[in-house]
Amino acid sequence: MNKRVLLDCRHVWKLYGANAETLLANGRKPDADALAEANVIGAVRDVNVQIHQGEIFVIMGLSGSGKSTLVRCLSRLVEPTAGEIQFEGRDLLRASEEELIEIRRKKMGMVFQQFALMPHLTVLENVAFPLEIQGVDRATRCESAQKVIELVGLKGRENYYPRELSGGQQQRVGIARSLVVEPDLWFLDEPFSALDPLIRREMQDEFIRLQNMLRKTIVFITHDFDEAIRLADRIAVMKDGMIEQIATPEDLVQNPATEYVADFTRHVARAKVIRAQSRMEPATAERFAGEVAHDATIEAIADEVERADAPMKVVKDGEVIGQITARAVIDVLVGRG
Amino acid sequence: MQTPLRHITRGRLFWLGLFALTWLLSHYSFQLYKLLDARWIIRFPKALQLKLDTAISDFLNWLVNDAHLGLLTFRDLTRSIASLIEMPYQFLRNLLIEGFQSGLGDSAVQIAPSLSWIAVIATVVAIAHYARDLGLALLVGGCFLYLAVFGQWDSAMITLASVLVAVPIGAAGGLGLGIIAYRHTWFDKLLRPILDLMQTVPVFAYLVPILILFGFGPVAALVATVIYAMPPMIRVTILALKSVPEELVEAGRMMGVTRRQMTWKVLVPTAIPTLMVGVNQVIMLTLNMVIIASMIGAGGLGFDVLASLRKLDIGGGIEAGLAIVVMAIALDRSSQAFSERRMPHPRTGSWLQRHPWTTTVALIVLGTFLLGQVAPAVQSYPDVLKISTGAVWSDAMEWINVNFFDTLETIKTALLKALLLPVKKFFTGIPWLWGIIAVGLIAGRVAGWKLGFMAALMMLFIAASGLWGEAMVTLYLCGVSVFVAILIGTPLGIWAAQKPRAGRIILGVMDTLQTLPSFVYLIPVVMLFRVGDFSAMIAVVLYALAPAVRYAAHGIREVPPQLLEAGRMAGCTPAQLLWRVKLPLATPQLLLGLNQTIMLALSMLVITALVGTRDLGQEVYIALTKANAGQGIVAGLSVAVIAIIADRIVHALSDNQKRRLGL
Ligand SMILES: Nc1ncnc2c1ncn2[C@@H]1O[C@H](COP(=O)(O)OP(=O)(O)OP(=O)(O)O)[C@@H](O)[C@H]1O
Ligand SMILES: [Mg+2]
Repeated sequence: MNKRVLLDCRHVWKLYGANAETLLANGRKPDADALAEANVIGAVRDVNVQIHQGEIFVIMGLSGSGKSTLVRCLSRLVEPTAGEIQFEGRDLLRASEEELIEIRRKKMGMVFQQFALMPHLTVLENVAFPLEIQGVDRATRCESAQKVIELVGLKGRENYYPRELSGGQQQRVGIARSLVVEPDLWFLDEPFSALDPLIRREMQDEFIRLQNMLRKTIVFITHDFDEAIRLADRIAVMKDGMIEQIATPEDLVQNPATEYVADFTRHVARAKVIRAQSRMEPATAERFAGEVAHDATIEAIADEVERADAPMKVVKDGEVIGQITARAVIDVLVGRG
Repeated sequence: MQTPLRHITRGRLFWLGLFALTWLLSHYSFQLYKLLDARWIIRFPKALQLKLDTAISDFLNWLVNDAHLGLLTFRDLTRSIASLIEMPYQFLRNLLIEGFQSGLGDSAVQIAPSLSWIAVIATVVAIAHYARDLGLALLVGGCFLYLAVFGQWDSAMITLASVLVAVPIGAAGGLGLGIIAYRHTWFDKLLRPILDLMQTVPVFAYLVPILILFGFGPVAALVATVIYAMPPMIRVTILALKSVPEELVEAGRMMGVTRRQMTWKVLVPTAIPTLMVGVNQVIMLTLNMVIIASMIGAGGLGFDVLASLRKLDIGGGIEAGLAIVVMAIALDRSSQAFSERRMPHPRTGSWLQRHPWTTTVALIVLGTFLLGQVAPAVQSYPDVLKISTGAVWSDAMEWINVNFFDTLETIKTALLKALLLPVKKFFTGIPWLWGIIAVGLIAGRVAGWKLGFMAALMMLFIAASGLWGEAMVTLYLCGVSVFVAILIGTPLGIWAAQKPRAGRIILGVMDTLQTLPSFVYLIPVVMLFRVGDFSAMIAVVLYALAPAVRYAAHGIREVPPQLLEAGRMAGCTPAQLLWRVKLPLATPQLLLGLNQTIMLALSMLVITALVGTRDLGQEVYIALTKANAGQGIVAGLSVAVIAIIADRIVHALSDNQKRRLGL
């Protein structure tokens, strides 16, 4: 990938407990046993990630694996114990308090699991709050707030208080609030985990719609693998504070780097992840029944391919790059190979 | 092996032995002293006595007369504080009672009259409506109307003026200190022991130094009131800020708030409902103290009660007391409503349409001002329409005393003989040296030997200050009162928890009892039983009953329902369920209730000095009347010592019990 790196995080550690710093002195890298012996919790251990401009980067892992701590290190809500974080080429960990305030006001936004809305403010006031903090005058900030409120579909509820809204609506307010300053980097910490499954799905669709319009750089946290697959350009799987693997959803399913990742991905509906191009073969047939896009998921084309009496062409940018057979599709569907 | 002694474990042996030995020493201390001719057994040797009281008095004298702080003297400092408080107080007095004048003395010219009684009532009604609804508005309006009709208006307005000055200072000061303590751990650590001590030192004790620093009068009373009412606000503030959800703080930081914005735009606004609970406490404590501080020159309803108590004017006392009750209820209900209030949706329309109540009140104020110039009845409630109930109350009391004198007297003597006097004899007989050791042993056994040692040292301080006898009387009165309060309160609490309808009434009454200023409790007691230990005990029991009931009800209600189901499935009868399941599980709560009861009893005990007890409270009261700061502070500290030891022991008991139950 040759995309610009927006956020670059190298060898980041966050340890909780007494004498955490000494454990890491001189670039030492204590393992889990050493940490346990020192009575220190390794919430984030030696993490390296690069977030590229315009991508959705999903961090996923079970409860307690350190996802929230990692994302709070990336935004410096918690101070990492060791490591380096560069944001737009600037050293984030050396930024002064004023610089940090400036960066957060203009360039970062965050959405929280429990919504974190101010209970004493109306929807409009909540959304306009980041601008109020910056001293923007009332008329301007109401206008901007009004725009994002419409964007997230809450028009008509501007004067409601958070307690008068459903969970999904409250999170829409949270999303609107984090978008009102037009941030470059958008953090979402399990934004839909507190919602019912049905609402969660609706909010995911909404999120995809927003992202297609806005094209933000996103760091998204979830413990739900299906959610990760639906949204992610790339996924980082975390376990016990360490990153097990970073890969595209498809790669993760097809080439799990560790036993843990393999366990995780075993029960995923593979047809949702695997794309036509990875199961195609050289185009040798004499007759084709039709054509499919190279990046279409097997799930999307299965019906069509299986029904056809001949293989189908796989096309990329108008060129035929291979063929896909009903056999290959069935292999994916029943989980062979 | 089955022996009759199988219940005697080592733990029980310890307590039995300790009690037996103490009883023996208490019973025979006098004989022992005669036998050995060792007077030190019953009296702490004079030569070894601490002279802390004179040291404190000398220090205060030096402070007032000679101390310099750079350019100004200490006296200048107290004077400037005094004038800072005096100004708003005088303004409110003018506004509510005296009217505004220019010039002094005989040449004074009235510029504007005070607010008319109708205007004041309209204002409080509007505030109550804003805080909750029409129902509360009617209640509060009714309360103030009562004050006007029953002739308590002027005194009540003086009291109200004091409350209105002290509450903002106490609330704002508490909020400020609480915010600093939240932000800086070192300040929190510094503040905590001071707050703990202030909560246990009886109020009279700091009336004395304030009296010396500020002189007799309303300003001294206001200073004392603010000091008394501020600590709970500090605690509530720290707690409220700490309980703001972590995510909300993070959300603020992610938006790039500055430190100041974090405090004033995120933390404080989100914590407002809890902070208002603190304000409610400040208001109620302020009212309580404004009444007590009538002893150092705060006028108003408290002064009326005090004067009637001194003259034994039964009717007058009850009238003023009822006015205090009415006022307490009005203040409590409206400030509580503010803490439960939800943000309403903003109204639309012109300013007048958006603020109908403000507009109406402004019109009434203006209208009554103009009308009042021609019709005096509008300005102040006409005398002819006032109803005095004093005579009725006097007659009623007279009637009770004539018809029930013997009954009351019999009850009193019986209780005195059966309970109070034996306990008194037991406590006052204990030789001081053994008393110190015994307290150390008890505290050590329950809460660890470090605390035992500390407790013994603290008791030694009391003995060395020459206050052993008074302290034992305090222990005896407190012990008996707490015993009776628990004996009445726990069953009431259990009943309240088991029967929802009865519970609502009982807990409602307890709530109201707790809002009443402590002074009020003295009135009926003195009327019925006159002065003495028995009256003191009754007043203390009434005042300290509420926590015993509340915690018992709470503890029983909190028992997990699955345990009750398990009990029922095992075939427990309701009585067995209560004794075998609910009560054991509720003991930690019951013990916390006991703790609160002890604390309230000690604070009330000091006030019962007015009805002639002979305990530490009396010592403080005497110091107050003689303006002897050292004596007052040392006796006050001694009460605090007892309170602190009791608090630690009961807390340890409760913790032990929780651990045993695995909670
Ligand atoms: N302030 C803290 N002090 C001590 N330990 C902490 C602290 N914050 C987090 N931890 C520990 O660090 C580990 C990672 O926590 P973290 O909240 O990052 O997990 P998570 O992956 O976000 O889990 P969840 O899905 O439950 O939100 C946990 O073991 C947690 O107990
Ligand atoms: Mg988390």
